[in-house]
Amino acid sequence: MAKIRNPKDFAAGLMFVGFGVAAIAIGIGYPLGVAARMGPGYFPRILGIMLIVLGAVLVLRALRLKGEKITLESPRPLLIVIGSVVLFGLTAPTLGLVIASILLIVASSAASTEFRWKEALVSGVVLAALSVAGFIWGLGLQFSVWPTFLGRG
Amino acid sequence: MDLISNLALGFGVAVSPINLLYALIGCLLGTLIGVLPGIGPVATIAMLLPITYGVPPVSALIMLAGIYYGAQYGGSTTSILVNLPGEASSAVTCLDGYQMARKGRAGAALCIAALGSFFAGCVGTLLLAAFALPMTELALKFGPAEYFSLMVLGMIGAVVLAHGSLLRAIAMIVLGLLFGIVGTDVNSGMARFSFGVPELTDGIGTAQIAVGVFGFAEILMSLTKKENRDILQQKLTSLMPNREEIRRSIPAVIRGTTIGSLLGILPGGGALLASFAAYGLEKKVSRRPKEFGKGAVEGVAGPESANNAAAQTSFIPLLTLGIPPNAVMALMVGAMTIHNIQPGPQVMTSNPGLFWGLIVSMWIGNLMLVVLNLPLIGMWVKLLTVPYRLLYPAILLFCAIGVYSLSNSTVDVYITALFGFMGYIFAKLECEPAPLLLGFVLGPLLEENLRRAMLLSRGDPTVFFTRPISLTMLLLAGFLLLLIVAPQFRKTREEAFVEGEA
Repeated sequence: MAKIRNPKDFAAGLMFVGFGVAAIAIGIGYPLGVAARMGPGYFPRILGIMLIVLGAVLVLRALRLKGEKITLESPRPLLIVIGSVVLFGLTAPTLGLVIASILLIVASSAASTEFRWKEALVSGVVLAALSVAGFIWGLGLQFSVWPTFLGRG
Repeated sequence: MDLISNLALGFGVAVSPINLLYALIGCLLGTLIGVLPGIGPVATIAMLLPITYGVPPVSALIMLAGIYYGAQYGGSTTSILVNLPGEASSAVTCLDGYQMARKGRAGAALCIAALGSFFAGCVGTLLLAAFALPMTELALKFGPAEYFSLMVLGMIGAVVLAHGSLLRAIAMIVLGLLFGIVGTDVNSGMARFSFGVPELTDGIGTAQIAVGVFGFAEILMSLTKKENRDILQQKLTSLMPNREEIRRSIPAVIRGTTIGSLLGILPGGGALLASFAAYGLEKKVSRRPKEFGKGAVEGVAGPESANNAAAQTSFIPLLTLGIPPNAVMALMVGAMTIHNIQPGPQVMTSNPGLFWGLIVSMWIGNLMLVVLNLPLIGMWVKLLTVPYRLLYPAILLFCAIGVYSLSNSTVDVYITALFGFMGYIFAKLECEPAPLLLGFVLGPLLEENLRRAMLLSRGDPTVFFTRPISLTMLLLAGFLLLLIVAPQFRKTREEAFVEGEA
C-alpha cells in the first residue's frame, strides 16, 4: 500500500469519488435514453463519471506528491453552530419567532470561547425584538410570533 | 441616439423614490458588510434573496447590485484605517493604505480610494451601457450548441482565473452542476435526487446553498481562528490629498479602471482578481517600486478603482448573455428567477425598464456612496468595535430567518444547515465554494442546452466543433486550460526532482 503523502488531496479526492458513486447509485433507475434523446439519467451519469475520474486523479496524486496535513480543531463550534440552526428549524413553527430567535442566539453564542450567559441572553432578546420589528412588521412575513399553543397567531 | 434614449428610460426608472430608496439601502448594507470582516457580499446577497420576493424585481436587483459595489467601498475603509480587510478584494489595499494611515495620510488615502472608485464606477456603467446592445445582438444568434460551449468556456475561465487548485475547482463545478439538477426534470417530469422530500422536487434553492456554503462556513472558519482586533484609532485630520498624491494617483486610477473593467467581463473575474492584478500592475510600471508596501498612493488608487470597475462590468455577461461570470452574479441569476425573469439577451427587449434602470441605478449608487461614505467613516469604524462573539449569532439568526421565510418551510432551514456542514468540510479540504455555486446555477441550463443541441444534431456530438462560434469558444476554453496546466506541470516536475535528490 502506497503512503498517503498529501492528506488534503487524498480526502478531497475521496469525497468527490463518493459524490460521484452516490450520483450514479441513486440515479441507477433513471432512464438513460440515447444521445439524440437524452433521458433524465443521461446528464447525471456523465457528471457522476466525471466526479469519480477527477476524484481518482486527486487520490492518485496524493500518493505521489507531498502536501499539507489537515488541521483538526475541536468540533465544538461546528456542532454548536449547525445544531443551533437546526434548533431554530425545530422550534420556529411551534414556539414562534421570538422564542426560536432567543434560543438560536443563546445556543450559537456558546460556540465562542468568550461565552457569557448574561450577554448572550440580552443580545438574544434585543435581536428577537429587532427581527419581529424588521421581518414581521417591516417586511410583512407570515410567521407565528408567539407559541401557537397559546392561541395567538 | 439609441443609447441616450435608453439611458433616459433607465434614468426615469432609477430615480423613482422607491428605487432610490432601495439603491440607498443596498449601498448602506453593502458598505456595512464591506466593513465587517467575516461576512462577504455572497453570503449577504444570499441572505437577502428570499426577502426580495415581495419587492418589485427592478428594486430587488437595484438593491442587490448596491450590496456588491457598496461592499467594495466599505472594504477599503477598514483596510486603510485599521489594517483589516473587511472584504477579500480589499486585502491588497491594506498593504499601502494602512501604511499611508500610519504616516497620517489616512484621509487622503480614503479620499483617493473613494474618488477612484467613483471614477471607475462611472466608466464601468458606461461600458455596460455601450456593450449591452452589440452583445445582446450577438447572443440572439446563439443556438443551443453555442450556449453549451459558452457555458463551458465560462466555467473553465472561472476555474483558470480563480486561485487554488485546478483539479479541485473543476470537481467543485461538476459537483455544483449535480446539485443544480436536483429536482424535477423538465423534459420527463421525473424527480431526480429528491430522496422523497417534497421540498426537493422543486430543486435546491440558490439561497440555501449560498447561505450554507458561504455564510455558515465563513462563520465557522472565523470562529476557529483567534480573534485579533487591536483597533488603532487614527485621527482623521484632513480628507484632502496633496498635489503630489493627486498627480500620482490619476494615472493609477485610469490603469486600475482599465484592468478592472477587462477582468470584470471575463468569467471567473470580478472584484477580487481585479484588485490583485491592478496592484501587481502598479508595482510593475512604477518608477518607485520600492515604495510599495510603505505607503505608495498608487497601491491604493489602482486596486480600489479596479475592484469597483470589475464589480460593474461583471454585469455585462449576466445581463446580455445570461451567463454569470462569478459567484455574486450567480446569485443575481437566483434573484431574477425568483421573479420569473430568465436572464439573457431577451431581458433587454422584454424588460427594458428593468435593464436600463439597473444600469443607471449603479451610477446613482456610486454617487451616493461617495457622498455618504466619507462623512460616515467614523460610524463604520465604530462598528468594528462590536466583538465577533456578538456579531456572528446575529448573522446566523438573519440567515436562518431569511431561509425560513422562503416558503415557511423548516426543511429549507435543515438543507441550509447541511450545506453549512458541507461548506466547513470544503473549507477544510481547500475546495473553493465559488465554482460550486457557479456550476449550481448553470446546471439546469447546461443540461437543457446539451439536450437540445444533441437533439438537433440527431445525436452527433461533433456539432459543437462544426459550428464556428461554438468551436471558437471551445478552442478558447482549451487554450485557457493549457495555459494553466503548462506551468503547473513544470512546477510538479521540479518538486519531484527536489524530492528525488533528498
